[in-house]
Amino acid sequence: RDSQQADTEHLSRWKKWRRTSSKSLKKVLSEVKGLSSYLVLWRHDIHSIEGKFGTGIQSYFSFLRFLVLLNFIIFILMFSFVTLPTIISKYGIFNSTIAYISPKIIEDICTIYEPSGNKGLVYFYTYLKDLLSGTGFLEVTSLFYGYYSIDAVWISIMRYNLPLAYLLATFAYLALSFLWIIKRSVEGFKHNLVHDADPFQSYCNKVFAGWDFCITDPHAARLKHCSLQYELQTDLQEEKLKQKIAERSMEEKLRIYSLRIFINIIVIAILSGCFYSIYRVTVFSQENSNVSIRNDTRTDLVKALQYLPSMVITLANFIGPLIFSFLIRFEDYTPAFEIKLTLLRCVFVRLANIAVLLFSLWSQISDCGSDKCKACGYNYKLYPCWESDVGQEMYKLMIFDFIVILAVALFVDFPRKLLVAHCSCKLVQWFGHKEFEISDNVLEIIYGQTICWIGTFFSPLLPAITTIKYFIIFYVKKIVLIHTRKPAARPIRASSSNFFFLVVLLIGLLLAFIPLGVSIARIPSSKACGPFRNFNTSWEVIPDTILQFPTGLQQVLFGMASEAFAVPFFVI
Amino acid sequence: AYKRFSELLPKEERENAWSARVPKSQILTLPELRANPFQHRICHVFSTSETRDDSMSFEDFLDMLSVFSDSATSDIKSHYAFRIFDFDDDGTLDRKDLEQLVNCLTGQGEESRLSSAEMEQLIQNILEESDIDKDGTINLSEFQHVVSRSPDFARCDGLQR
Repeated sequence: RDSQQADTEHLSRWKKWRRTSSKSLKKVLSEVKGLSSYLVLWRHDIHSIEGKFGTGIQSYFSFLRFLVLLNFIIFILMFSFVTLPTIISKYGIFNSTIAYISPKIIEDICTIYEPSGNKGLVYFYTYLKDLLSGTGFLEVTSLFYGYYSIDAVWISIMRYNLPLAYLLATFAYLALSFLWIIKRSVEGFKHNLVHDADPFQSYCNKVFAGWDFCITDPHAARLKHCSLQYELQTDLQEEKLKQKIAERSMEEKLRIYSLRIFINIIVIAILSGCFYSIYRVTVFSQENSNVSIRNDTRTDLVKALQYLPSMVITLANFIGPLIFSFLIRFEDYTPAFEIKLTLLRCVFVRLANIAVLLFSLWSQISDCGSDKCKACGYNYKLYPCWESDVGQEMYKLMIFDFIVILAVALFVDFPRKLLVAHCSCKLVQWFGHKEFEISDNVLEIIYGQTICWIGTFFSPLLPAITTIKYFIIFYVKKIVLIHTRKPAARPIRASSSNFFFLVVLLIGLLLAFIPLGVSIARIPSSKACGPFRNFNTSWEVIPDTILQFPTGLQQVLFGMASEAFAVPFFVI
Repeated sequence: AYKRFSELLPKEERENAWSARVPKSQILTLPELRANPFQHRICHVFSTSETRDDSMSFEDFLDMLSVFSDSATSDIKSHYAFRIFDFDDDGTLDRKDLEQLVNCLTGQGEESRLSSAEMEQLIQNILEESDIDKDGTINLSEFQHVVSRSPDFARCDGLQR
């Protein structure tokens, strides 16, 4: 500092002024940066979790925060482009009117749709049931697709093409999610690449960079010591195990490979069992609810049956991982590979369950057995407004998932903690405190997010519900973590786990593309409700609109859509 | 930063904080250093006191904060990390240094140390990975080479405000 002061005396006035102004600019910038970090959501909460439980668990919470923000932005997108114009026109604000274009060559029978919004005197109990299952009074609100049965909105002299806006908003939110996830995972990918490219570096990395300097709590420091010790010991054991594997004899190898094939067959059998049961249950519950609507008998049992698919899926999501972690012990892999394989299997179970549910719904909707859909292209008697039905299923899944998470937190974790703290019998102590299983929790929220992505097309306000749901889950999980759990004995490195979460999220998003693609492009849109009444499929809005453009623009767009251009563009 | 430094001094000396030296026992009460297993080494490395009592002046304190902040380059961080890990101050990390380093990481109690066979295996692996000239010790450039390819080093070596 003395030498710096001596220097400044020798400089000319101009240079002095420049130096002081650059110093004050830097100071201002750092102040602004400091202030703007206060605006980041939950900054303090996540920081304190990091200090107490380490960076592995903190990555789960910052992942949750990322999803809350993503859902909020998707909600803003859908709301401002789809819901807001509809509401403005329905209430006549800004001199807006609705344009109903009369349908072209469509049979009248396809356009019969009478959603039974509750009329007359109903019990409060009915409102609660409707809230949980998305029927009744909810069906006619802007929550579901059926509300948007408008073809265009005139605001003063401007014509707002609602069907086109609906479709483009859908594409926009899918593209936005895709790009945002890719952007976040690029960093993690670089780290992973460096990490994997040099497995020989792993010991140095652990020893020289292992200590997390952000820890301030002595209790957390002790836990970090334990986890470091555990990690080093497991690595050394794994190395010894690898040596042992390399020295295996021929018969042993044969025995182990045949055992692995056998266990994989069992796993596939269990999975097919799950899928088949979900399929049967969905078909069963749909048949029952349709029969009851036709005969107008709505007993409680039938209402409960509506939740049957969600219950079966949740059960499968719960039992599957248990069985997998039991079976994998027999396969004799290295511990790290065991964890990865179990995780992959659990991911597959969760996402495939959603796929099977949707597939069974579609088989019902397109059930054209005995000329049921000759008039309209889909089963119009049972599903006059099938998009709302799919939206309702997604809504039910989401609500049920939320209830299950809350129920598990309330009825399993807290009593467990009380039991372990107060009852000192050996069995309970052995059962012990549950660790905070990061991977299970992450799969849970990715499952919810996939449902949201699929469901938003059919139910534009679903992202708002998801945002609120994740917001509440953040606080619930934080309270559960602080009060009941001890940190996982198996430490997960922050850099690689971030990347893993994002990869699985991306898989969920790509999975969501498929059902959306099929319903937009293949299945005929309902003629009785929704903005796509006058088109064969939802996708037809776009070719229709393009045909109205001037010819030059049409040529350009057709050129872009042709394969010679699209493939290299996509690759880049 | 100046505020935090002056808080460490007893009340009488606060006006002269520019030139005062804070004894080591006070430095160790900082929350960031309290739980850190390398606290003694950090004080020793950053202290410029002639009496070798590891006390720190305000400039030493600033040095320490600037090295641990997010805006320090990884060169500086790795240079200081090397000095911190070098327990016997001989300019290289030999087996004894590495052993003490690992013991610091795994905890202070008797049951939290690795067994001697595990320690041997671990040190052997570390030297295999990082010792390029195969002289049995790690010097500064080998250390910097290893650390530059480690993804967790930059992330976790920062002390937050």
